[in-house]
Amino acid sequence: MASIFQRVGAVASLSSNASFDTKKLHLSSRRSLSERKASFVVIRSDAAKMNTGLKKIGGRADQLVTNAVATKPDTSAASTASKPGHELLLFEALREGLEEEMERDQNVCIMGEDVGHYGGSYKVSKGLAPKYGDLRVLDTPIAENAFTGMGIGAAMTGLRPVIEGMNMGFLLLAFNQISNNCGMLHYTSGGQFKIPVVIRGPGGVGRQLGAEHSQRLESYFQSIPGIQMVACSTPYNAKGLMKAAIRSDNPVILFEHVLLYNLKETIPDEEYVLNLEEAEMVRPGEHVTILTYSRMRYHVMQAAKTLVNKGFDPEVIDIRSLKPFDLHTIGNSIKKTHRVIIVEECMRTGGIGASLTAAINENFQDYLDAPIVCLSSQDVPTPYAGTLEEWTVVQPPQIVAAVEQLCR
Amino acid sequence: MAFAGIKVIQPLALHASSSDPYNRAAKSIATPSPFLGSTRTLRINQSLPIALSRPASSIVAAVSDVFKEKKLKSTSDLLLTKEEGLEVYEDMILGRAFEDMCAQMYYRGKMFGFVHLYNGQEAVSSGFIKLLKKEDSVVSTYRDHVHALSKGVPARAVMSELFGKKTGCCRGQGGSMHMFSAEHNVLGGFAFIGEGIPVATGAAFSSKYRREVLKQADCDHVTLAFFGDGTCNNGQFFECLNMAALWKLPIIFVVENNLWAIGMSHLRSTSDPEIWKKGPAFGMPGVHVDGMDVLKVREVAKEAIGRARRGEGPTLVECETYRFRGHSLADPDELRDPAEKARYAARDPITGLKKYLIENKLATEADLKAIEKKIDEVVEEAVEFADESPAPSRSQLLENVFADPRGFGIGPDGSYRCEDPKFTEGTAQLCFDVEMKNLMLNMHLQG
Repeated sequence: MASIFQRVGAVASLSSNASFDTKKLHLSSRRSLSERKASFVVIRSDAAKMNTGLKKIGGRADQLVTNAVATKPDTSAASTASKPGHELLLFEALREGLEEEMERDQNVCIMGEDVGHYGGSYKVSKGLAPKYGDLRVLDTPIAENAFTGMGIGAAMTGLRPVIEGMNMGFLLLAFNQISNNCGMLHYTSGGQFKIPVVIRGPGGVGRQLGAEHSQRLESYFQSIPGIQMVACSTPYNAKGLMKAAIRSDNPVILFEHVLLYNLKETIPDEEYVLNLEEAEMVRPGEHVTILTYSRMRYHVMQAAKTLVNKGFDPEVIDIRSLKPFDLHTIGNSIKKTHRVIIVEECMRTGGIGASLTAAINENFQDYLDAPIVCLSSQDVPTPYAGTLEEWTVVQPPQIVAAVEQLCR
Repeated sequence: MAFAGIKVIQPLALHASSSDPYNRAAKSIATPSPFLGSTRTLRINQSLPIALSRPASSIVAAVSDVFKEKKLKSTSDLLLTKEEGLEVYEDMILGRAFEDMCAQMYYRGKMFGFVHLYNGQEAVSSGFIKLLKKEDSVVSTYRDHVHALSKGVPARAVMSELFGKKTGCCRGQGGSMHMFSAEHNVLGGFAFIGEGIPVATGAAFSSKYRREVLKQADCDHVTLAFFGDGTCNNGQFFECLNMAALWKLPIIFVVENNLWAIGMSHLRSTSDPEIWKKGPAFGMPGVHVDGMDVLKVREVAKEAIGRARRGEGPTLVECETYRFRGHSLADPDELRDPAEKARYAARDPITGLKKYLIENKLATEADLKAIEKKIDEVVEEAVEFADESPAPSRSQLLENVFADPRGFGIGPDGSYRCEDPKFTEGTAQLCFDVEMKNLMLNMHLQG
């Protein structure tokens, strides 16, 4: 148990050095351990706390674990969050983050298709246009390349636009602007212009949405220099990352997932901003490091339940920052477990997992007892049929099997 | 024509009237008068909510025959004062001399890559940009040296940038096709055609946002977007015409139609080659002007800039112009008919202005010679400065990738990569670099 405290302590100090506004930053990403009482839509589980006795290495559980998320006892740091908090859905958390930042800074504006009067196709900007007006919450025509470029030009001249892609896949049409202008203008102008845009939207494989609406753009954007990419997965980190992304002077692409918008969680009442560059420890463990992000986090946690019942102790990390990788959190985990499985929704070829595998091999090869296992989606356009779609993405039984094999 | 003062625009209406979506009852058709260069102001029904569209027929498109009237006017009705004339002349001479020097330097191996020269098109740059304030923005393409110079970027900064030196306006990181200046509001310099137009639209959006959301009532900054005939077949152009007209953004789309996109003739690539006509299709005035005549360009520019400042929205101006050199310094320029080149060479904008200034007694030969000599010295000095400036050091490689260098992430040791001292030296390893590792090993061995 002591090791957990140390780790949290170390991270807290890192956060306070690195955060923008230490007065407002009450919580680091590690705090989620003490606070999460998530009830999932994708995976049914109740919110029972885990018995800390289960954390013994190699020990078998005496009782079935229904929620594999570790919790830790309150520390003095946790007591500042003794207020009850409020419960909301992930899309509402995103909206809360957006609204708070728009209140705080008048230069923050939203642009995208149907963000205004319609309230956003996933209701992330509902209610904001009546409150802030049609110019500040701008309904654009269907012209992704042009309105993304317009957002970039506005950012260069002092505004802080949040550009929505109705589906991340549509941003393929804006690739010219995202790659050439978003990523590069700060550099090619010799640092004269900054591009503080946030580009956000839902992506990932949904429920039979068809190939084009089921894309994982993080694969394609990751090589672009000069941008940061983050993926949210819980209401807590959704709000925190949204706020961080808006406050960042760098262009940030915030990946949301179509299936996670209705996740419910209780989040703190007081203001918090998360670190864009940090990963999130979801479940500390000893046997194997499982790195994941976005929706696959829930498949991993479901597999983790099964694994714990079988006597394994997986450490689950939600990497959150897709570019750059948080090599500290990841490295510390690998130094402890010596085994890595990456579970991602990107396709096998050229995805985040592929880059992460390379980065880990480069930096932590000495600590690995086995080759890295990367579980990705199949290299196919996502089929419409439900059965085929299920086989396209990584499912919990595959994760269980991979861990079993790796940890033999 | 009187400058009507700044008009505060009504915010976008939330609700359109449902029974009469185009508000035909309230609209009065504007008289199709010649748009520019005339003393009549263009009247568009101001009571129309911005959110409603105006049928294109109410927007006038003018042709430049209106300017034939101008030539007959008496000397008391000159198009500019002596100061203005000399300023414009100096600007055009600077543009020409600078570009000629670029060609020399390129062939001497001082600059590399793709260099696109502006010779012959000076009337467009000087005609428009000399009317702008410092706070107004200019967005250009890869043929951007002269736009930067006209906007006020010092010649030495541009030349230094072309030589790839750290004293360049972009620290040597941009090059010929990426001229930026935050001080002078030059928003680039873009290598792909069309990709600057949305950026310009964004700058115009900022201006409108400042006025209406941030309530800075005196913000009337306008943006000029320069691009060529080839770009006018590109989607981004049309998408931005739509948005600019829809929201009445203070932007002027300036088409430098020099008839050629590298080796592709405008006539071979465009179904309707009259670009100015595309403005009214989107609900903005479209104007065609002789881009070899700086005075005509200036008159059109005045009207268009005035419109934008008053909040009346965008204008599309097609300037018929010509580049005397090839597309770039690497282009052998074999496809263009020598007779065509000769025709346009005879209409050299600098010769044209010189003739006007002298004939109308605004300047003497001596005045103009003095300007030419002065500019020669400026350009020489710019070359000297660029020659003597140092090249960027290794430590500059990783700077300016991110405005917030925390974007490089957290390294294995737990600290942000940008806090690593090797990072500022430029020797930090972000990825496995065999050459660098060997170099550092050697340096270590040599002590």
